[in-house]
Amino acid sequence: MSLLTVKENIGMVNNSNTDMASLVQANKNIVFDTKDLNLWYGETHALKDINLKINEKEVTAIIGPSGCGKSTYLKTLNRMVELVPTVRTTGEITYKGQSILDKSFKVENLRTRVGMVFQKPNPFPKSIYDNIAYGPRIHGIRNKKILDEIVEKSLRGAYIWDEVKDRLKENAYGLSGGQQQRLCIARTLAIEPDVILMDEPTSALDPKSTLKIEDLVQELKKDYSIIIVTHNMQQAARISDRTAFFLNGEVVEFDVTDTIFTKPTDNRTEDYISGRFG
Amino acid sequence: MAANNKFENTSIDVKEMIAKNKQGKSLSSLTEKLIPVVLFLFAIITVFTTVGIVMTLLFETIEFFKLVPIWDFFTGTVLKPMSQNPEFGVLPLLNGTIISSAIAMLVAGPIGLMAAIYLSEYASDRVRRVLKPMLEILAGIPTIVYGFFAFTFVTPLIRSIWPDVAATNILSPGIVMGIMIIPMIASLSEDAMSSVPNAMREGALGLGATKLETTFKVVIPAALSGIIASFVLGISRAIGETMIVTIASGSSKNFTFDITQSMQTMTAYIVEVSGGEAAAGTTIYYSLYAVAMTLFVFTLLMNLLARYVSRKFREEY
Amino acid sequence: MKYLNAEQVTKRMDGRIAKNNILKVLFLLATLFGLIVLAILIYRVVVDSIGWIDWNFLTGRQSTDAERAGIMGALLGTLWMMLVVAPVTLILGIGTAIYLELYAKKGRLQSIIQTNIANLAGVPSIVYGILGLTIFVRAMEMGNIILAGGLTLSLLILPIVIVAAQEAIRAVPGFLSEASYGMGATKWQTIKNVILPAALPGMLTGAILALSRAIGETAPLTVIGIPALIIPFPEGIFDKFTALPMQIYYWTIDSSLVAEYANLAAGTIIVLLILLFVLNSAAIFIRNKFQQRF
Repeated sequence: MSLLTVKENIGMVNNSNTDMASLVQANKNIVFDTKDLNLWYGETHALKDINLKINEKEVTAIIGPSGCGKSTYLKTLNRMVELVPTVRTTGEITYKGQSILDKSFKVENLRTRVGMVFQKPNPFPKSIYDNIAYGPRIHGIRNKKILDEIVEKSLRGAYIWDEVKDRLKENAYGLSGGQQQRLCIARTLAIEPDVILMDEPTSALDPKSTLKIEDLVQELKKDYSIIIVTHNMQQAARISDRTAFFLNGEVVEFDVTDTIFTKPTDNRTEDYISGRFG
Repeated sequence: MAANNKFENTSIDVKEMIAKNKQGKSLSSLTEKLIPVVLFLFAIITVFTTVGIVMTLLFETIEFFKLVPIWDFFTGTVLKPMSQNPEFGVLPLLNGTIISSAIAMLVAGPIGLMAAIYLSEYASDRVRRVLKPMLEILAGIPTIVYGFFAFTFVTPLIRSIWPDVAATNILSPGIVMGIMIIPMIASLSEDAMSSVPNAMREGALGLGATKLETTFKVVIPAALSGIIASFVLGISRAIGETMIVTIASGSSKNFTFDITQSMQTMTAYIVEVSGGEAAAGTTIYYSLYAVAMTLFVFTLLMNLLARYVSRKFREEY
Repeated sequence: MKYLNAEQVTKRMDGRIAKNNILKVLFLLATLFGLIVLAILIYRVVVDSIGWIDWNFLTGRQSTDAERAGIMGALLGTLWMMLVVAPVTLILGIGTAIYLELYAKKGRLQSIIQTNIANLAGVPSIVYGILGLTIFVRAMEMGNIILAGGLTLSLLILPIVIVAAQEAIRAVPGFLSEASYGMGATKWQTIKNVILPAALPGMLTGAILALSRAIGETAPLTVIGIPALIIPFPEGIFDKFTALPMQIYYWTIDSSLVAEYANLAAGTIIVLLILLFVLNSAAIFIRNKFQQRF
């Protein structure tokens, strides 16, 4: 997909209920549709009236200052947020038309389709091979030959195969931080999800490893819908097609990345992007 | 980065395989529901253990008090379970327990506290890393070994200095019990003292106080609840200790305060009586449970007291 | 006007520093006291057992004749009993810890179970003996067999195993289970494949240390009624038995009758201490070798 087509599909959604975005986006498949989402941690109102439509096979960046709710929103998309016992939500999120916040929607099935890469590389203290094979195995794939193929394919997909192919049996903790993070991406690829959520995936990495991951994201969007939370604005500008700006639990502005960074409509977005706060 | 995509020319479709596997998943979702139930049953065994202890002690103790009035039991100074006209006063046993525990604490209290002061306030990191594991070895020696040590070494040693001491006496096991408890008091008190923040020490040291003065005027008062709790737990441990007193103090049931003589503790009485001979249903048999109940209540109160002290007076730094 | 006389303070300071230094030595001696006793204890036991530990002693049967007596029966009894204690406490202990840490809702029931475990850890071992005598030996009519002794000791060390397992689970970083849940794993899959393997070294270390406590326990066995009589070698968990600490107990109290029994007791203590040393070394080895640091 060229940059041109993105520009043709300019969409705009913000919580002042401008609903023209859905009209403009009509020729794109929507993977996540969030309607009036509210979320509380105990008494803390962490997400307020979120309305977002996220397109398939694009990179959507979520930016905003610390504590603005961007990570919380990301973790709501695969319901990882439920690991916090006091969490409560209202509103609706649909994933390809199915309502996922409903308790009857099996969270394991959701997470099989919606993979996640975390802030800090978190490989299992197992071999590189077993890390990649973890997902397929828990989902019932036990055939050794098939697993071998999945492992190679996933590692190639995350562009780390050449670095680790000779030491698949070694503990993943022997890898560098950047390699560990690409291993974690490969681990996510192994179950071939539709969506990959990335929660500040490069914040613990050095600039060189960061660039490698960014290149990888560009490759991956051919096959996957990617939603990436970052507080690195250059990163959002470099790699994303659309950007949502979160502040105090609200979506201030959601637009094509170019627009957000060149002519934002909201003063607060402009202040944030020009570095006046956050 | 190369533009080739490895996902298109692949022979397997993971997505589809997973979807297929998901269909026959009723077994694993059953496992998912069953596991917590099974684990809960495991966890509840510990509760049953407590209930079991309390129930067995309670029922048989009630039987005992049908045969021997409760007043006679708790005020009687004569214990003659095996005689023609048996008497069941528990005071000789309580006396033995309290005296042996007191001797043990006279040894373990000061020495344990001093060791804690050294480890927490004076010792360098390197010295501490050597000494602490060695104290843990001391704590890991089985009590039967301490019993052997008391009987074959400490008692003869005491008697060579102080010939009036009998071959079985309460003094020797009391001292050895104290030695056994030192690591416990040292370690728990050290924990309490180490958790006093350095800023408090620096306050005193900065005014020109010596380390010793800082320890006694700042650190110990701040850590007092933890230190007291360690002492209470030490007492509880001494009350419940069995083998050292059983071996080295003999089985005399005299009501005496003479530490050179043999005395019997509650625990030693239980060993003696339960050692096979007492047939179920006899008064002696029931007395076993009455004494055990007394012991259980004593140690439980001590443990609750220790927890209360360390919680109630915990300093918020 | 000055309240502090600098000269006087300086004068007194020497005395205060001297006091500090003297007491520092006293505190060091107090710390070493226990270790000196430990050294004497081990020295005494070794000296008493020299010349007594030989092949016959290790493999022989019980005997009233000190020259011929052996501890094979007691050793087998202890080992058989551990074959009961180890699986029972591992399964119950780890299971309970998983329930309390990962399944139980924070609330009344969970806090009752937790408080109860803390209280059980403080119950004197001899009281467990009475429980074993009443429940296993008499009510269940097992008699004083290995199974009854093993189950009694299992209940005794269960609180220690549970607490150690809970700590091991708590030490597993949350990002590992997050990774597993993030791949669509169920709770049990996450526990089985991620949390348990990461916590296992810590759990095993705690369990082995608890096991070494059980091996040395004597009081509960005296209550259950382990006979001083000479009995055949046990061949299974339903046989009557004696155990190393019981053998030490009987030989120690009878040493006032036959002096050589003290040497037999000392020899048995050496065997017991070696067993404990091996177990503790295994625990330390597992901790250092397999514990993953995150």
